[in-house]
Amino acid sequence: MASNAIYVEAINQAIIEEMERDQSVFIMGEDIRRSVYGATAGLLDQFGENRVLDTPLSENGFFGAAIGASLVGMRPIVETLTSFMWVAMDQLVSQAAKMRYMFGGQATLPVVYRATMFYGGGSAAHHSDRSYPMFMNMPGFKILVPATPRDAKGLLKTAIRDNDPCIAFEDGTLGGASGEVEEGDAALVPFGVADVPRSGTDVTVVAIAGAVPMALRSAEELEDEGVSVEVIDPRTLVPLDKDAILESVAKTGRLVVADPAHKVCSAASEIASIVSQEGFWDLQAPIMKVAAEQVHIPYTPVLERLVYPSSEKISDAVRATLED
Amino acid sequence: MENVSKEILVQMLERMWLIRHFEVRVMEVHSAGEFTGAAHPYIGEEAVAVGACAALKDTDYIAGNHRSHGHPLAKGGSVKRAMAELYGRVDGYCKGKGGSMHLADFSIGILGESGIVASSGPVAPGAALAAKCRGEDFVSMVFFGDGASNQGACHESMNLAALWQLPVIFLCENNQFAVTTSYHDSVSVEHISDRAAAYDMPGVLVDGQDAVAMYEATREAVARGRAGEGPTLIEALTYRYEEHSLGLGRVRRGEYRTQDQIDEWRERDPIDVLERTLTSQGILTQEECDAISKAKEAEVEEAVEFARNSPYPEPEELFDDMWADPIPAP
Ligand SMILES: Cc1ncc(C[n+]2csc(CCOP(=O)(O)OP(=O)(O)O)c2C)c(N)n1
Ligand SMILES: [Mg+2]
Repeated sequence: MASNAIYVEAINQAIIEEMERDQSVFIMGEDIRRSVYGATAGLLDQFGENRVLDTPLSENGFFGAAIGASLVGMRPIVETLTSFMWVAMDQLVSQAAKMRYMFGGQATLPVVYRATMFYGGGSAAHHSDRSYPMFMNMPGFKILVPATPRDAKGLLKTAIRDNDPCIAFEDGTLGGASGEVEEGDAALVPFGVADVPRSGTDVTVVAIAGAVPMALRSAEELEDEGVSVEVIDPRTLVPLDKDAILESVAKTGRLVVADPAHKVCSAASEIASIVSQEGFWDLQAPIMKVAAEQVHIPYTPVLERLVYPSSEKISDAVRATLED
Repeated sequence: MENVSKEILVQMLERMWLIRHFEVRVMEVHSAGEFTGAAHPYIGEEAVAVGACAALKDTDYIAGNHRSHGHPLAKGGSVKRAMAELYGRVDGYCKGKGGSMHLADFSIGILGESGIVASSGPVAPGAALAAKCRGEDFVSMVFFGDGASNQGACHESMNLAALWQLPVIFLCENNQFAVTTSYHDSVSVEHISDRAAAYDMPGVLVDGQDAVAMYEATREAVARGRAGEGPTLIEALTYRYEEHSLGLGRVRRGEYRTQDQIDEWRERDPIDVLERTLTSQGILTQEECDAISKAKEAEVEEAVEFARNSPYPEPEELFDDMWADPIPAP
């Protein structure tokens, strides 16, 4: 049964459905029992204290404890904000990412880290990280970047059932976005399959997370100028549906990548690199990257808004690919 | 209260009123939408930073956390520049780039407030290490919460400071909650100060509502530091009156503390406690205390006007201050 939900509610539904389905799923994080960030509402009442744990402020500790629990058969979900992952980098990188390979495949780590990206609201440099490119650079994580309630729910459910470490980068700028979501198995969204929320013929815009609605706005504006834009949302960055991107570029010959993370060594860079190598003969214009400026996120709104992609910046980049 | 000068006592009352009025005004202008982003009120905890900083000199260092307005004001920071920073203006302490959680004034030893919990922990032993290396007698102090006391960074810092006998004061502001989590549910010992034993340094539990007690305990810790006798852990037991941060009350589900508990702590308001001490000892009259409050209220109002009239940074300033030795843009 499909129903309407906002992004955070969709995440909440995914957690509830998977905790109902599988007793080995449990969740821990800071202040989740009182659902300070909204996605864990009602869990304590339904599942009790053993499966819904408020942790001390000890990210390296409980991120790592999730790994230990997963090694012996549990399926932990850990809630955090992207910016607090830095505290736990040792456990994430030295353990979660590397353990299975180092131990010759003996270790299985079905753990999901849910990390909200709180940017764009005057939170300053310490609370505004969009850090998925750093984790793409580290082999060992499956990386989710849902842009709709449907994908936030469906990808999270798939991640909870997946047997490898997954990081769901939940975009705080989309927290109130609403859309249709399915229930149960019908809600599952597979990894590595891009979505095409808008088809077009002139220019391909690959947009990531919060950049997806910007790209769609830009596509609408450009339609009035007679430009037909195809918008592709990869939904997962690892694995990445490069075929969908290459096929689209084969049709349009032009590529813009819109990415709210810092532009250097980014998801946008990786996509541009794949297309320049594997789609080179289809390209009719240089690839354009619209990503965050290589500077920390300033507190003051007058500077902060200059840093990120916007529909205007995306439209400008699309127009640039059409200049002769 | 032996050997506490009138000058110190009056200065403490002034700074506590300054912080109180600052925070009350911040709550008003924040809810009126004059600036956005998170801000963490220090109301109810004023005696902690004020008492502790009264034992420091300008040449001593402090580092702080997200509950960030009280520490710099207690150390003698500029109320105008602090307010302008919250407003995101060029005259702010960080030219609008840091905001509420990142006030800093290096000219008077304020090495910066920090939004990531416990991230200031290692900064304090680092500054103190410089004192030891150079044979100088300054000390450094780090403010951190009961929640922060559970971070590895906190424990590693304490071990370093104790191992190297550094002049550090670890000042734990135990306001009893980390957001909604009681310290009884996050700390394995009864008192956070008990943990000092693990590092073989003195640990003292102090009434954080009593500025004089805070001053005296810190003065002793500072003297030990200056004498080369190493670090001290001070746990100040206190209480935050307001929500964890401005805006949070609307998001969370369910209560985590009772109105009775809040009322009980308000009964021992730190400003009342100090004013009672001052008036009962004949140091100030109640009228003089009230005049101090009025004067500080006016100072805060001036700061609000200053902040409102300060310009926002220009777009060209976006990339300024990234590097000390600039490099070409990527
Ligand atoms: C590493 C990290 N984890 C989580 C947070 C979110 N957070 C901000 S303040 C806070 C509670 C801090 O509690 P405490 O240290 O007791 O300080 P208090 O707010 O009570 O003054 C939390 C969980 C953060 N900023 N940094
Ligand atoms: Mg606390």
